[in-house]
Amino acid sequence: MPGKMFAEPARNTIKLSERKKRIAENKYLYAMLFLPMVYFILFKYGPMFGILIGFQNYNFVKGVFGSEWVGFAHFREFLADPYFWKLVRNTVLLNIYMLIFCFPAPIALALILNEARIKWFKKLSQSISYLPHFLSTVVVCGMVVNFLSNGGVINRIVAAFGWEPIPFLMDPRWFRTIYISSELWQGVGWGSIIYLAALSAVDPQLYEAARMDGANRWQQIRHVSFPGIAPVITIMFLLSVGNIMSIGYEKVLLLYTGPTYETADVISTYVYRRGLLGSDFSYSTAVELFQSVVALGFVTMANHFSKKVSETSLW
Amino acid sequence: MGKRMTLGSFSFDAVIYILLTAMMFAFLYPLYYIGIISVSDGISVMRGDVKWFPVGWNWEAYRTVLANPLVLTSYGNTLLYTGLGTFVNVVATALCAYPLSRSRLYGRKVFTVLIIITMLVHGGMIPTYIVVNSLGLLNSIWAIIIPPAINVWYMIIMRTFFQNIPNEIHESAFMDGANDLVILWRLVLPLSLPVIATMVMFYAVWHWNSFFPATIYLHENKLYPVQVILRSMVIDGSVQADSSRDLTTIVTSMKYAMIMITILPIICVYPFIQKYFVKGAMVGSLKG
Repeated sequence: MPGKMFAEPARNTIKLSERKKRIAENKYLYAMLFLPMVYFILFKYGPMFGILIGFQNYNFVKGVFGSEWVGFAHFREFLADPYFWKLVRNTVLLNIYMLIFCFPAPIALALILNEARIKWFKKLSQSISYLPHFLSTVVVCGMVVNFLSNGGVINRIVAAFGWEPIPFLMDPRWFRTIYISSELWQGVGWGSIIYLAALSAVDPQLYEAARMDGANRWQQIRHVSFPGIAPVITIMFLLSVGNIMSIGYEKVLLLYTGPTYETADVISTYVYRRGLLGSDFSYSTAVELFQSVVALGFVTMANHFSKKVSETSLW
Repeated sequence: MGKRMTLGSFSFDAVIYILLTAMMFAFLYPLYYIGIISVSDGISVMRGDVKWFPVGWNWEAYRTVLANPLVLTSYGNTLLYTGLGTFVNVVATALCAYPLSRSRLYGRKVFTVLIIITMLVHGGMIPTYIVVNSLGLLNSIWAIIIPPAINVWYMIIMRTFFQNIPNEIHESAFMDGANDLVILWRLVLPLSLPVIATMVMFYAVWHWNSFFPATIYLHENKLYPVQVILRSMVIDGSVQADSSRDLTTIVTSMKYAMIMITILPIICVYPFIQKYFVKGAMVGSLKG
């Protein structure tokens, strides 16, 4: 809009006195913004500044300014540590399984819900499917742990088939299945909301036209509904790929046990154990910084592709 | 031809409704199961007799769980953290969102960018812990209330809502001599009740369910929220920690009773508030 550019004077041409006047006129706005800005500086920018301790041997007494600088020593150390690569592998693998199972499920659910013609039934199933999202991680993990325990309901079913009880929570081979299933149970309904919104925006005339051409219900899903939400699917997929380096560590923390670290231990839980429980602040900050930088790289890339594909982006 | 179509459509409908019914069952039965176990007699639970209906209905598990003073204290703590925390959240979010919604705020772009950056770049768990510690908040209620004071995402939703309030309202209030504080309190907030309600519920559920900050910032039993106690009872299995009675027979019922006690408030208000959540989620996802 070239016309608009001339309508307003460019920002930097406002005279200093005028600027002062504008600030003075709106002093209440600045007063309101004061506490929130202090909050962001202390609790968001403070920790960003604190990342420096990843390059130090941080000492609580000496603080950030007094501690000894060690450069990239911690980074060299963990990059050479095979256990670190196991953590990366576990983190990425959990995310890949999430992409395979937890990503398509809400799409399928939305398509199914969209086909339910009875209004109250559709509403009811939607409401019930969102419910698990509002339960706390501790509650969901508590249910998982107790259902899967030795005398739990699942092992009772296993026993009914005449099999030996399975030590689900102690066997590293089961961890990913358990994690993914609980994520699926808790997140599928809530995840479907965005696709349902996209489906409700599909032009009804397209369905009408498809019916005229003799398309059955399944064909309508394939050729009308699905293409209608394809752009949203693309964006959501890219966002999930962008998050491949991070995982909801609270759930891992609650579900893993010593014997399952093999498959369950992820970068964040390791940082928590080594950093907060073991008080190795510098080393774990370095590990976390590495994770954030790689993660930011992925998100930026995802955003770039998202912009290209759909002209929609995060920023 | 027409008949075959109807038949096809009918079986299609049948598949849809069967799938949805199965899904509802999968979501509800685990919660129902916890409910019936929690009120069933311990021996029947151990024998695996409780499947569809409670057996030997009694409140023993609830009585034992609630007799533990830690459970009541932590419940009170959670109520306090949720109430005060949500209040601080909403006030801080509104104080941040309102100035940023006014185009006459000089430097608005800079403030906004500074805030949005914090969504993408985090200091991380350890540096945040060090900040909370050096501010002397460790092991106090403020370590739970202040660090999550403003959720940037919700702040942006609120700002967008404030922006859509017609400017004429502001101008006429200025003519009457009102300042921005008065305008926010008397005009903008009353006009924004739907978005405020949504925020209250999002923040409140978050506080109610939160356990990790309490795990790392609090070190005393008497400060713990209920989720932390729930974790130690239900996941770490320390259900009979301070009881002299032999509770072996009702230990499962007690765990499930404890789960019921913590989810009951959520389940009770859920039917009334879920439509606000869905609206909030839509705004959040579509505005992105």
